[in-house]
Amino acid sequence: MSELTYLEAISDALRVALAADERVLLLGEDIGAFGGAFKVTAGLQRDFGPDRVIDTPISEEAIIGGAVGAAIVGMRPICEMQFADFVACAFDQVVNVAGKLHWRIGLAAPIVIRLPCGGGVSGGPFHSGNPEAWFMHAPGLKVFAPSSAPDAKGLLLAAIADPNPVVFLEHKFLYRRVRGEVPAGTYETPQSANTVRDGDDLVVIAYGAMVHAALAAAEAIEEASVRVLDLRTLVPLDERAILDAVHDCAKVVIVDEGNYTCAAGAQVASLIAQYGFADLDGPVVRVATPDAPIPFAPVLERAALPGVQRIRDACRELLAY
Amino acid sequence: MVTTRAIEERGLSLYKQGKVPGSFYDGRGQEATAVGATFALGPDDPVCPLIRDLGAHLVKGTPPTAILAHYLGRAGGVAKGRDGNVHFGDPQRGVVGMVSMLPDMMVVAVGMAWAFKLRGEQRCALSFFGDGATSVGGWHEAMNLAGLHRVPAIFVLEHNGYAYSTPSSQQFAVDPVERAAAYGIAAVTVDGNDVEAVFEVTRQARERALAGEGPTLIAAHTMRMHGHGAHDDASYVPPALFAHWAARDPLTRQRERLATLGVDVDAIDAAVRAEIELATAEALAMAEPVPGDPLAGVFCEGEPPIVGRGAAPWSRFAGT
Repeated sequence: MSELTYLEAISDALRVALAADERVLLLGEDIGAFGGAFKVTAGLQRDFGPDRVIDTPISEEAIIGGAVGAAIVGMRPICEMQFADFVACAFDQVVNVAGKLHWRIGLAAPIVIRLPCGGGVSGGPFHSGNPEAWFMHAPGLKVFAPSSAPDAKGLLLAAIADPNPVVFLEHKFLYRRVRGEVPAGTYETPQSANTVRDGDDLVVIAYGAMVHAALAAAEAIEEASVRVLDLRTLVPLDERAILDAVHDCAKVVIVDEGNYTCAAGAQVASLIAQYGFADLDGPVVRVATPDAPIPFAPVLERAALPGVQRIRDACRELLAY
Repeated sequence: MVTTRAIEERGLSLYKQGKVPGSFYDGRGQEATAVGATFALGPDDPVCPLIRDLGAHLVKGTPPTAILAHYLGRAGGVAKGRDGNVHFGDPQRGVVGMVSMLPDMMVVAVGMAWAFKLRGEQRCALSFFGDGATSVGGWHEAMNLAGLHRVPAIFVLEHNGYAYSTPSSQQFAVDPVERAAAYGIAAVTVDGNDVEAVFEVTRQARERALAGEGPTLIAAHTMRMHGHGAHDDASYVPPALFAHWAARDPLTRQRERLATLGVDVDAIDAAVRAEIELATAEALAMAEPVPGDPLAGVFCEGEPPIVGRGAAPWSRFAGT
């Protein structure tokens, strides 16, 4: 057990997997000698060689399609998109080839697609995306979105061990800002939600970086007891944990950093509306990024993303309902 | 080739009888390319066929009954009713079924070949694609990556003149064979209606691949003698062009060649027709799929299956 940043925890998971299983390969742009745009893969090519930590051409479709090909003959490729936004270039291979493969012909694509995602770093409209909902909507893909360092390592190891393609959203804002006690060696974080703050007047449901905004908002509300539920995985979605939290708290605020329409939180809201209606003591409230690209200027970006203040205000308004 | 044509003729008649849902797609006129190329593969070499490549499935050993049942959408079909027409694959026999987006499986074939190279295995992967698919970005990415890493892949371009209704003259300014050189990929042009010629160039491409000399693009010139599907009367094809290629029918040519060697080709025809009539009756007797849990099979549970090995009972690799 040692204290690692979220980024170091992801790097550690990759190192552990490369050391434990010779079928594991890393594919991506600038991940070798350079160590990746964010240094997640720093030192891995040196230690495991250029045949296992492979610098690719700028070919997102070939990275993911090639990974599917390697996977169906027994490898365990882990693909890095340099930024989550660039997975759009490979969308077809993800949704039509990897996602439908098992249902269609009985093969499986045990690949991991690492997506450095999210805003808060002045990345602008092409380097700040949160594309998780695209992949929740496509059959056959798992979608993981850890918020903490131990979960980042444990969920990445779970993704590598999973026989299905996993879209792994690692939040850039958390890379060096979040740290935690991370167990050494191999372990898997369950593919289920986690209550990260207890409370029974209201529950905030979030994932990824928004868990931290939700926790800060909950701390700021001294007049009520606010629970925070970290979804951790969006597919599978822990429906039982969501409905149990609504049953206990009766009031719910759902936070997405993704754009509002058809976001992960919209699915959570739909679930609660259909199956948790009788437990509710107020409207299902959503806080999300408006349906616009993420702006560059810090002041504009802060205004677009759901920060602590908007979450806190939404909670207070609902508590007063 | 005879089996390919017999199955497709039977499938087309079942379609016209209203027994095949959707549309029906065949590879009439292109049988020599699919059969000749796949016949040159070893049992451990996976193949990614397209909709004109029924022969590739047969050479790998997928039984005709399962194929006819697949057309009919029956539970005993290759895809158990989940997909139809020539969208299927029998991965346990080394056939990785296609998706409709082209040339996606060419990229997947590069990945398989890359893994073979990294593991030092004496295997190659073969992907078919059409002239239209060479306009897609994925074609460039696959060619570039394959050339860069010199992976043991064989790319068989079925240059059949038309992408649905669009002729090659409206598809590209530079022939794909010339473009292959720009990716560092060896390319060869072959008469796609001569099964022995296709076999020979593919055999050589496989030798190159296994010797570490990298991928080969084989441009097989052929002609799609039907429309894109049964709903397409191909009225955009000049009749003289059809007549030109009808005189070069791959089955007729091989039949003449074998007859001069003393092979009883009529007996082969009769045996195949009897086999396919029996297979058709078996397929028609098969049950419809039963709708159950629609989520069944979306996710894999347990150890992920991998691509297996395949060879037809009459293949030179049978029993190896």
